[in-house]
Amino acid sequence: MTTASQDLDEAVPGTQQASVDSDPFALDLDAEVARITTMLRDYLGRSRRKGATVALSGGIDSSVVAALCVEALGAKRVFGIHMPERDSSEDTLGFSTMVSDALGIDSVVEDITPILQAAGCYERRDAAIRMVCPDYGPDHLSKIVLPSVVDSESLRLYSVVVQAPDGTTTRHRLTTESYLGIVAATNFKQRARRMVEYYHADRLNYVVTGTPNRLEYDQGFFVKLGDGAADVKPIAHLYKTQVYALAEHLGVPEAIRTRPSTTDTYSLPQSQEEFYFSLPWNLMDICLHGKNTGRPIEQVAAAAGLTPDQVQRVWGDIDQKRTTTAYLHLPPQLVEPVEEIGRGIGRG
Amino acid sequence: MERDQIRETLRDFMGDNYLFGDTDRLPADEESLLEKGVVDSTGILELIEFLEDRFGIEVAESETVFENLGSIGGLTRFVLAKTGATQPVG
Repeated sequence: MTTASQDLDEAVPGTQQASVDSDPFALDLDAEVARITTMLRDYLGRSRRKGATVALSGGIDSSVVAALCVEALGAKRVFGIHMPERDSSEDTLGFSTMVSDALGIDSVVEDITPILQAAGCYERRDAAIRMVCPDYGPDHLSKIVLPSVVDSESLRLYSVVVQAPDGTTTRHRLTTESYLGIVAATNFKQRARRMVEYYHADRLNYVVTGTPNRLEYDQGFFVKLGDGAADVKPIAHLYKTQVYALAEHLGVPEAIRTRPSTTDTYSLPQSQEEFYFSLPWNLMDICLHGKNTGRPIEQVAAAAGLTPDQVQRVWGDIDQKRTTTAYLHLPPQLVEPVEEIGRGIGRG
Repeated sequence: MERDQIRETLRDFMGDNYLFGDTDRLPADEESLLEKGVVDSTGILELIEFLEDRFGIEVAESETVFENLGSIGGLTRFVLAKTGATQPVG
């Protein structure tokens, strides 16, 4: 199991700690698989659904969720959906089909580019970029980036990085209107994927799985009613370090386990920490775990190879993201509760 | 523009733009606008645009630090410095 955090010795709340291991992310992997698969079977029984769909991105999280569904339900009751679009990396489909092949599940390729074109996703995004980069055209590539929270005390302001057809790269600080416009247009991608996935779930009488890990779930790294919409989220309680450990345990192909994480959302390659998180995921895990368990900041800093001031800035960023994205987790607000509704799905 | 005038202009903007008139939620001058949940990352972008439009100043990237933009007191000092004689941070 990969971790750089031997200095931290407290188990993750709600998870089981291996007795001989001081690794804070250590899990009894068999027990954890049993816990998750029991939840999945229980939920399907109560919701009277017959199986589960998984949107396969070729990344670690969706691969592990698919493998857990196969453990819980058997390969015949799991349906994978590959949904590349125009800006997807060329190797996305290769990686995601590697997973469905390895698991022996049925799957379908749904290129969502025509849906996105019809919705004006690309045109609207390009128009929003042109607010700060007037020369931006269909032949340009782009991504949104944030400055590092670790290296600077500056407040984090989004910029768009643009690559012209001749390879020249420029960076432009975003205005409110351009930033919101780019994000709003890009969110079509996650929402189109869920729309297609729910189509397959409805026709098969399956549930839709969500694939956020704990970092993503805690920090609101999802699109409301896009990838945030799901019936079950089987790994939302697990740090990414633990997701990698489960991946190995469940036999997820090594090529998937060794690829760098990417958003695969913008036309230029973009790491998750460039766009959202303060640090690479393994260091984010250490900082988030340390914060959640009340570890001394010096201890967390030593484990992460950072200074206490840097960890303090990361913790501040974690708090700010929790505040900013709290509404993403909330159900629609009513004036008063409708008592007869919202009691959850019964066991009968 | 005098210090009190700048402060009131900022408080009016924040009360109106971020708090929908609920000015009781405005933090004290030296409290963090971010920690108090008044502004988030989008709110900071709006704030910079407000400063540039309303006070006719340009906010350089090196000046986008908490000390300048993170509280009503900090913002007031920053605007005073940018429009007057004192030296801004950054």
